[in-house]
Amino acid sequence: MLFWVPIVFLALFFIYPLLAIFWVSLLPDGQFALEALRELLARPHYMRTVWFTIWQAALSTFLTLLVGLPGAYVFGHYHFRGRQILKALTTVPFVMPTVVVAAAFRALLGPSGRLNQLLQSLLAWESPPIQLEHSLWLILLAHVFYNYTVVIRIVGGFWANLSRHSEEAAAVLGADRRRVMWHVTLPALGPALLAATLLIFLFTFTSFGVILILGGPRFSTLETEIYRQAVVFLKFPVAAALSILQIVFTYGIMLAYTHFQRRITAPLRFQSQQMTLRPVVTRRERILVTANVVLMVILLLAPLLALVERSFVGADGRFTLAYYLELPVNRRGSVLHVAPLQVVVNSLRYAAVTVLLATALGALSAWHLASEGSQGKRRRWAGWLDSLLMLPLGVSAVTLGFGYVVALGWLRTWEGLIPLAHSLIAFPFVVRSVLPVLRGIGPHLREAAAVLGASPGRVRREVDLPIAARALVVGAMFAFTVSMGEFGATSFIARPGATITLPIAINRFLGQPGTLSFGQAVALSTILMLVCAGGLLAIERFRYGDIGEF
Amino acid sequence: MTMKRWIWIPVLVLLVSCGQSGQNTVRLMTHDSFSVSAELLQSFEEEEGIRVVLLPSGDAGAVLNQAILSKGNPLADVFFGVDNAFLSRALAAELFEPYHSPRLTEIPDGLQLDPEYRLLPVDYGDVCLNYDKAWFAQRNLAPPANLEDLIRPEYAGLLVVENPATSSPGLAFLLATIGHLGTGGYLDYWAKLRANDVLVADGWEEAYWGHFTAASDGTRPVVVSYASSPPAEVFYSETPLEEAPTAAIVADGSCFRQIEFVGILKGTKQRAAARALVDFMLGWRFQEEIPLQMFMFPANLNAVLPEVFALYAAVPQQTAEVDPIDIEVHREEWIEAWTEVVLR
Repeated sequence: MLFWVPIVFLALFFIYPLLAIFWVSLLPDGQFALEALRELLARPHYMRTVWFTIWQAALSTFLTLLVGLPGAYVFGHYHFRGRQILKALTTVPFVMPTVVVAAAFRALLGPSGRLNQLLQSLLAWESPPIQLEHSLWLILLAHVFYNYTVVIRIVGGFWANLSRHSEEAAAVLGADRRRVMWHVTLPALGPALLAATLLIFLFTFTSFGVILILGGPRFSTLETEIYRQAVVFLKFPVAAALSILQIVFTYGIMLAYTHFQRRITAPLRFQSQQMTLRPVVTRRERILVTANVVLMVILLLAPLLALVERSFVGADGRFTLAYYLELPVNRRGSVLHVAPLQVVVNSLRYAAVTVLLATALGALSAWHLASEGSQGKRRRWAGWLDSLLMLPLGVSAVTLGFGYVVALGWLRTWEGLIPLAHSLIAFPFVVRSVLPVLRGIGPHLREAAAVLGASPGRVRREVDLPIAARALVVGAMFAFTVSMGEFGATSFIARPGATITLPIAINRFLGQPGTLSFGQAVALSTILMLVCAGGLLAIERFRYGDIGEF
Repeated sequence: MTMKRWIWIPVLVLLVSCGQSGQNTVRLMTHDSFSVSAELLQSFEEEEGIRVVLLPSGDAGAVLNQAILSKGNPLADVFFGVDNAFLSRALAAELFEPYHSPRLTEIPDGLQLDPEYRLLPVDYGDVCLNYDKAWFAQRNLAPPANLEDLIRPEYAGLLVVENPATSSPGLAFLLATIGHLGTGGYLDYWAKLRANDVLVADGWEEAYWGHFTAASDGTRPVVVSYASSPPAEVFYSETPLEEAPTAAIVADGSCFRQIEFVGILKGTKQRAAARALVDFMLGWRFQEEIPLQMFMFPANLNAVLPEVFALYAAVPQQTAEVDPIDIEVHREEWIEAWTEVVLR
């Protein structure tokens, strides 16, 4: 019966507001707004937008996997110094506001950025050789920057717990390295790879800030078009029609995913990370690990470090603590000023609730889905349900935000709505982290336990939970990062009193001119990075019983 | 079995949310740029015996949408932040009830755009071009003096504007060119700006913090911002400044005046308190706070400007005018035509 809990949650906080906004938008005066749909089909611009939305997401996903998989291999195989911290840092980009990240990219890659200055002085060129401003390249780069961690966490985490027995057996039987990779390792990794692909695709499919800010106004996706129609032109019927189109695509992708997923799922053997992770020994291994660490430093850490540095440099180019010292100062005596510590506490509180709620809901859903039977009816139900669970990731934040206004307006001033909205976005991540592991647990383990007299509850506690614990921790970390970085939905929920979060506070500083304003925004972003990395390291320390780092 | 507790979440949600608004509480729905000093708000609350709940709910466009969607079952009693670009839309949606505040006598007629007193002017700000003083001084180049200068070859590649389809100052600047050059001339002007390598950013934050030379690593010394941005640069400087690093171009017809309005939402159950709040927002004490709290100019003629505004803010003599009804009828068409000429 427990699996009804996530379904009730979805029905109340996702489906109901969505239906309400569609109802209001498409039947404005009790009549179906046919014109909106006609306009949609008549204008080639919309079809171009749909096409661009799909191919940029596909390309972004492919590139992220390409860049991320070697990193996942390294994290899935080796112990090395700074491993935990590096892993936490690769996740930090996930929470950073786009305007701030854009500034960091520009400091490094912009016309007068570090790289161009270096190249210009080396090559003695007049004009900067790298011109990425407002280009597709910058969109792709930013998508890799944001989503790299999804590959590391989901594929790397899965890999680390994958038993090496089959690979060793294949090698003993004479298969060379490439054959082992193709015929043994990749098929075993399949479920995790597919889950990561799906998450990244959906995330880039609904990308908003990256497209608008880094891509510039020439690019538009379904998400930015929905925003434009709803917020600027106030054409709710068109926005609703585009949202439905977005949902239909997301749903189609999900159905394809469940189809493939079923074909590649096979029982696997899992091991504790104490058994699988090795120290770096040979020269080849050292080169591999070093190359990946260098890549992560350049791709992920350099922009973050540029921001940290920026938060300590004054307008005169000299070191200053002014931005940090000014954070608690309320120059205007404004009633809406919130002390930085209070903002950090707010963010952490919402994140803690989100972690608990999203992990619980995600785990319940995953368990239910993993126990899908082989009979046609239950399988179809599970496939349908799985697709539904992922929809929150594929629906425009603006649409859902307006849905909340229409359907749950009376709840809007309630603070609890913030972690609820965060959980809605976070729990698909938990499902995708846990499900590949749960599905991989061979039935013989459960059967053996049952034959030996264990009750179903005990099987779950003593077989499933220890094996899936590590994946649950990964899911909890995603829930934490989603909550820490969430901006769109949070900004829609009214914030009476002092309930603002770090991203909202950063956005407030960015809204006014003055060197101090931007400095404070960057200083607060640095604090966000630290809090996020600290929180991730804390969650990472979580252990289930004495199983060790599973 | 402990997991079963989760079942209670929806029930809890329902329970907690019941019985929220009490007597004499007035809710003010507004955008994220709204601000008032804690001291002043508290003294208002004590004098009138009214509790004010502030509901900042996103940027100006998003907040108006929320008000329209929740029409008939309003989320608040008073709404602040409709500007003249969306005035007709807000009035057409019949969101507001009329209130002829006694304070209106202190507010110039030119700002009162609604003859039926449903939306009352609170403040205004002029969207103007800003330039980086040091950048032009270093190059011995005279800064552009008006809109026409920007299509001259010596100013090629210097301007960054915001996309009118995603940004409110972007839309205001488009309206400035329409008001100044007429519906027959603005597209031609924009085509020339495009030929002169104008850069389009999605919003003010990105234009200012991403591309404006005075505030970023960017390459554009001229940006669309507010006439009040130079004093804000001084006020929010990390080191005390003698002089503003930027200046606004306020030649006749080169700026568009954004006027922000307040209104009482239809269906309020706190009419008396809502009216008191509106009177308070139009009165001199609140009005004198507006410049430093929101970096706009007070609508009330009796409000005295703070020193930093008196010293560093330029006020255009004559702004470009576009009738709110025309804006409502043609907004989308103008934006689409602009997009066609500048972006495609």
